[in-house]
Amino acid sequence: MDNLVWIFISSLLINNFVLAYFLGLCPFLGVSNSLETSFRLGLATIFVLLITAICAWILNTYVLIYAPYLRLISFIVVIASTVQFIEMLIKKLSPALFRAMGIFLPLITTNCAILGLAIFATNRGYGLIEGIVFALGAGIGFTLALVLLAGLREESELSDIPKLIQGIAMNLIIAGILSMAFMGFAGLFSAV
Amino acid sequence: MAENQNESYEAFIKGIWRDNPVFVQVLGMCPMLAVTNSAINAVAMGMATLFVLVGSSFLVSSFKQWIPKQVRISSFIIIIATFVTVADYTLLALVPKVHKELGAFIPLIVANCMILGRQEAFASRNTVRLAVMDALGMAGGFMVALFSLGAIREILGNGSLFGVDLFGEYFEPWVIMILPPGGFLTLGLILLFFNWVTQQKDKFIAQVVEAERVASDG
Repeated sequence: MDNLVWIFISSLLINNFVLAYFLGLCPFLGVSNSLETSFRLGLATIFVLLITAICAWILNTYVLIYAPYLRLISFIVVIASTVQFIEMLIKKLSPALFRAMGIFLPLITTNCAILGLAIFATNRGYGLIEGIVFALGAGIGFTLALVLLAGLREESELSDIPKLIQGIAMNLIIAGILSMAFMGFAGLFSAV
Repeated sequence: MAENQNESYEAFIKGIWRDNPVFVQVLGMCPMLAVTNSAINAVAMGMATLFVLVGSSFLVSSFKQWIPKQVRISSFIIIIATFVTVADYTLLALVPKVHKELGAFIPLIVANCMILGRQEAFASRNTVRLAVMDALGMAGGFMVALFSLGAIREILGNGSLFGVDLFGEYFEPWVIMILPPGGFLTLGLILLFFNWVTQQKDKFIAQVVEAERVASDG
């Protein structure tokens, strides 16, 4: 149980996927201009990450022990097609949910956070439950970082900023400061 | 023939500066920031990306007639994933130490949007020769970016370059530069510099145009 809590907190705050591992930067910098969209994108990402963790575990346990060199190809193909399948399922079952996160699902599949999660979980030898907890922590951490940056960007649009630093350069510097703040969480567990 | 030569040169050179994948198009950020805490890691990552990009551009442009339009993205990804697997195992065999440091980021080359973007935007529409030249240029530009970021971070954060001490014992390293925030800050500042150069250039061109207009009026 301790182990699970540790995995969750670690992937949520200390080793935040965006701010410490630099995974999923494209949506992080691209979509984070409004709070509303980033929150929805975050929810969709949590969902895809959970599916990924389950797929990766099934593949690792039943298929890849026979052919480890196929790891990368099979991860990509299986995850992409599962997400597509679930997208169709959601569209059929709950149009409201589909409208909320539907358009983001195919985009997220090519996000490196997804593949990164599968690979990290494999390298660390996580089981099914550990993998799911890891995915939850990473997804919530991703959403947190995205929403934080979106909030800061919405504020910054109202203020008077020199034209030279507007745009991606400023976002990167904001992200750097956020990342520095998140480094403080590393002290959370060393004290225990 | 001369024109042909020119065209491939153009395809090659645009990736290095004008359409630099990192500084101008801002693609492929994830591996870019994650592995550039030392110059040697940056170079290894650049080589792996070069191999994958050139290999998959070559294959995609050779097989472009046989890839059905509807499944082209998945086909590109499978081709890229194959080359990445080769690169992964090659690095593991040749330089196990670097491979260990790069860790999960070698497999993550698959998710580098720059590579997929090149296949979709260029390799699937051009001849093999042009596609390979374009891939070389783009990978070259990516390597320049990786190396400059890696070198800046290693020099400031560790006081060394390629593991060779530069400043002696009086240098106090800026540890933050080799930690994750340093990556964001350095890249942000480099982009800022690029913006500034572009702005100065635009200003200069505007001045020249203005001067010419005045001269022709007078």
